[in-house]
Amino acid sequence: MSAREIAERVADPELPMLTLADLGVLRDVAEAADGSVTVALTPTYSGCPAMAEMRADVVRSLHAAGYADVRVTTVLSPPWTSDWITGEGRRKLAEYGVAPPGEAPRGPVPLTLGGVRRAVPCPRCGSRDTEETSRFSSTACKALWRCRACSEPFEQVKEI
Amino acid sequence: MREDDHVYLSLAQEQDDSRWAFGTGFQDPLHGVDTTVPDGVDPAGLAALCLGLGDDALIASQRLAEWCTRAPELEEEVALANIGLDLLGQARMLLTRVGQVDGTGRTEDDLAYQRETEEFRNVRLVELPNGDFAFSMARLLVFSAHRLAVFERLAAGHPDPVLRAVAAKGVKELTYHRQYAAEWVVRLGDGTDESHRRMQEGLDTIAPYVDELLRATPSGQDVRDEVGAVLAQVAEAATLTVPEFERMDGEGRAGVHTPCLAPLLFEMQSVARALPGARW
Repeated sequence: MSAREIAERVADPELPMLTLADLGVLRDVAEAADGSVTVALTPTYSGCPAMAEMRADVVRSLHAAGYADVRVTTVLSPPWTSDWITGEGRRKLAEYGVAPPGEAPRGPVPLTLGGVRRAVPCPRCGSRDTEETSRFSSTACKALWRCRACSEPFEQVKEI
Repeated sequence: MREDDHVYLSLAQEQDDSRWAFGTGFQDPLHGVDTTVPDGVDPAGLAALCLGLGDDALIASQRLAEWCTRAPELEEEVALANIGLDLLGQARMLLTRVGQVDGTGRTEDDLAYQRETEEFRNVRLVELPNGDFAFSMARLLVFSAHRLAVFERLAAGHPDPVLRAVAAKGVKELTYHRQYAAEWVVRLGDGTDESHRRMQEGLDTIAPYVDELLRATPSGQDVRDEVGAVLAQVAEAATLTVPEFERMDGEGRAGVHTPCLAPLLFEMQSVARALPGARW
C-alpha cells in the first residue's frame, strides 16, 4: 500500500467508524524520493484533544508498514469545515447512529433568537420529529438530539 | 452488546494505555506550522496581542471548567466544558505563538504555568469568580460577542498568517458560544420573576468590567457598535435592560488584576510548580 492509502485508513480516535480521510482532516500525504513521508493534518476544533492521538496513530501505522521516516505537520488554514466529511463518511456516521451534518454556513452567522431549527432526521428510525437537547455533546464536534418518535437520544455532527 | 459497539471496544483493546494519557509533553499545537514572522510585522506588538487574547481564553476556560459537577443540568455541564475546551485550544495556539515571536522561546506550558499574577494580560472580566449561573451567562455573552467581533477582523486582515488562521478557526467556535449564551440570557430574562431578577443582576454585576473589555480591542479595530447591537438584540428579547458601561480604573492588559486572579492561578499552576519539569 502507498503511504497515502495507509494514512487514509487510520481511524479517527473519537469517531472510530470514520477514517481520517472520511473526516476530511487528512490534507496531504507526500512521499519523498528518499522514502520519507510528510502527512498534513488539519484540526477539527481548536481544542480537539484527538489531534495528538491522530498524529501518533498516523506515525504508528506508517511505521508498521515500513515507512521509517514520518513527519506529521499541522495545516491551520483554511479551517476545517464539516462539509469536508465525505459521502462515505456521512453514510458510516448514519449507519452507526450519528446524524451527519447538513451544509455548513458560509460567512458570518448573525445571532438569531427564537428561530426554528433545521429538522435533523433520527438516524435510527428516520423520523423527523426530533429535538435538539444540547448544542454540545460528548465531543466538541457533536450536538445532542432526541427522537420523539422512537424515544432514542442520538448525536449529530454539527455544521461548522 | 450491540453489533456496532465493536468500533469503540477496539479503541480500548488494540492500543496501549498511552492513548488515554492526558498530561504533559504534548507536541505544541502549531507543530509543523510555518512560524516565520512576515516582514513588516512588529514581533513585540504581535506577541503582546497574542498574549492578551491567549490569556483571556486561558482564564475564561478555567472559569468555565469550574462548572463541571456544579451546573444546573448535565447538558449544561457538557456544553460549558466544551466551550472551555475550544477556548483552551485557542489559548494553546496563541501562547505558543507568543513564545515563537517574542524571542524568549517560551512554550505554552512555560507561559501558562510559570508566570506570576501581574504577568498575566487577561481582561478582568474573565477572572471574576463564578457565582450565580446567570452571571456566568451574562459574562459569556459579552465575552464571546466581543471576541467574535475581534476575531472576524483578525481573520479578515491581520498580516500574521498564524494569528489569522487561529482567528478564522475561532470565529466558527465563538459563533456557537455566543448563540449558547444568548439563548440562556433570553430564557432566564424572559422567564420567571426570579430568573428575570437574577439575569438582570448578572448583567449589572459584569457592567463595571465591560468598558475595559471593549478597550482591550486590537488597535485599528472598532467593535463597540457591533457588540452593543448584539447586547441590545438579546436584551430586548430577554426583557432586560443593558446597564451603562462606565469606565473603571485598572486594566488587566497592563497586569492590574482583581484579587480573584491569584487564587485561580494558584490552583491552575499548583502541580506544575510543586513538581517542576514533572511529566505524567
